[in-house]
Amino acid sequence: MSTTEQARPVAQMTTRQVASRRRRASAAKLWREFRSSASGMSGLVFLGVVILLAILAPVIADRSLLDVTQLTDQPRFAPPSWEHPMGTDHQGRELWVRMIWGARTSLLVGVAATAMSMVIGTLVGMAAGHFTGVTGGIIMRFVDFFLVLPSLVLAIVLSSVLSRGVLTIVIAIGVTSWAATARLVRAQTLAVEARPYVERSQVLGAGHWHIIGKHLFPAVLPLVLANTTLTVGSAIIAESTLAFLGLGDPTQQSWGTILKDSMDVSAATSGYWWYVVIPGLAIVLVVLAFTLVGRAFEAIVNPTLRSR
Amino acid sequence: MTDTITPVNAEVHDEKLAEESPTRSSFLSYFGTKLGGALISLVMVVLLGFFAFRVLPGDPVRRIAQERPMSPEQIAELRRQYGLDKPVTQQFLDYLVNIFTGNLGESYVYRTPVSELIGQYLGPTLLLTGTSAIIAIALGLWLGQRAAWRNGSLFDKIATGTSLTLWSVPTFWLALILLMIFGGTLRWFPTGGMVSPGVEPGTFAYVVDVARHMVLPVVTMVAVVFAQYLMVMRASLLEEKSSDYLTTARAKGLRDDLVRRRHAVPNALLPTVTLVFMHIGGLVAGAVTVETVFSWPGLGKLTYEAISGPDMPLLQGTFVVFSTIIIVMNLIADLIYRQLDPRVRRA
Repeated sequence: MSTTEQARPVAQMTTRQVASRRRRASAAKLWREFRSSASGMSGLVFLGVVILLAILAPVIADRSLLDVTQLTDQPRFAPPSWEHPMGTDHQGRELWVRMIWGARTSLLVGVAATAMSMVIGTLVGMAAGHFTGVTGGIIMRFVDFFLVLPSLVLAIVLSSVLSRGVLTIVIAIGVTSWAATARLVRAQTLAVEARPYVERSQVLGAGHWHIIGKHLFPAVLPLVLANTTLTVGSAIIAESTLAFLGLGDPTQQSWGTILKDSMDVSAATSGYWWYVVIPGLAIVLVVLAFTLVGRAFEAIVNPTLRSR
Repeated sequence: MTDTITPVNAEVHDEKLAEESPTRSSFLSYFGTKLGGALISLVMVVLLGFFAFRVLPGDPVRRIAQERPMSPEQIAELRRQYGLDKPVTQQFLDYLVNIFTGNLGESYVYRTPVSELIGQYLGPTLLLTGTSAIIAIALGLWLGQRAAWRNGSLFDKIATGTSLTLWSVPTFWLALILLMIFGGTLRWFPTGGMVSPGVEPGTFAYVVDVARHMVLPVVTMVAVVFAQYLMVMRASLLEEKSSDYLTTARAKGLRDDLVRRRHAVPNALLPTVTLVFMHIGGLVAGAVTVETVFSWPGLGKLTYEAISGPDMPLLQGTFVVFSTIIIVMNLIADLIYRQLDPRVRRA
């Protein structure tokens, strides 16, 4: 393109190749920095194990182990022992089987809802930062509204008026949790938009789509990705809360559903501690792992946070 | 002070300072802007209420009819009763008139007006969330500024570690665990409700009894919420810590303690106040699950009952009331902010 670039060894490359090479280099640098974070790595390894267990659930424990009709000779409320590593529930199902199958739904909903929330948040945030004046103002009014509104209450409303199911939960969490991301993305968009290369691009006649797609999006992406890992954690908590309130899909196992069952048989006050402790602990550990990974990632992409 | 040059993480400062630009001078116009914003939010809540409960689910009567057998005459009667036989625009107008006259419909389950139910259950919720909010804010801000001032110390590490862990704990699960340990096993506190049967209202014994019932729910809500306040306070004090005016204060010979209390903390409080009030939404969300676990007779438990019903008018009512409380809280936050920050007041 310009003469200065042609003088470099990348002379034969197209701009696209140059850009992708740079991006790959910075991704490699990011990974190198991430590996040096002990808490981030331990979170990542833990998540890897949990995801593997969730994927392998049908191999480890056959689905029939969850079929109540085939478990008539199983003891109910058996405390953890060698025979029943995590104890059994009120219908004689092995808790560890339910946990592994529940991990699938909990993780899936967490990731899918976050993806939805990130897409909405990024689009709205970039629009609010890019389009100034009345349009930006109206968008921000909208964002502030969703930021202020208690997302759980709105999610409860959405999942009770729509038909029950995993997709409904994903939608309910996704459309109620994007506002914080939108604000973050807007702030970053404003910072990027002030940089000379965006102005240069504008002067050269670039339209809105070009600037948003080619300049703003790559610049906000690292921040969004770091935010994503943090949001997955809260999405998993939101899923378990909705399931606990009885808004989940009753045909699917999830950690929240297990806790809902434990509440229905008042396990907490009847001494069936394993029924309450194990699923909750799983949620806490997974959410904590996502938070650790997210914070390590965020510290790299947002250097002002490093001192914290 | 413009949006464009601020770093990403300073969004709290940047929003506030950019919105309150020096041109808006008098208190009245400031108040007017904020009140206008709150009113727009309220209108949006009302619209959302109609959209979520009348448009999204399609025909609520058909849903009811799916759940229990009904004759076509009964269905038609229900339709007429809920005004569903009218066109959508007419329904919307009726809905508006009803909401502004405080008529939130009749609960399917309780067979009483929703507004009456909410009136009965509002007090306990305000008692529970108010107490929790005050304790959580005081504890969170105090620990947060301590942690930030001794950044990297053992105290800071413990405080941050605890907050991160509590942040990852689902509120309802913490409630269940506390219920299990202190209510079930140790039997130190009652496991649910707000008063024991037979205690006369208005007596000292009544107050003590309610306080005993409140301990576990309040501890749960404080534990989950104070962590957020701690992190917010810590982050904003850390941002202040490198400022030049603190060096000046120290150069004057002020004790470290005074530098923190008189100089750094007041400035760090500014962005914190906004965020603290914003997190009131989180407190309300916490109330739903905590009240459910401890059968606390408040709006949260009412919401849970509305879900299990399903009792749509009741759910709509609690949604509107919760949202209104939060919007009002945010309006108050904006007004307090103005009082706290002389730059906004004088500008």
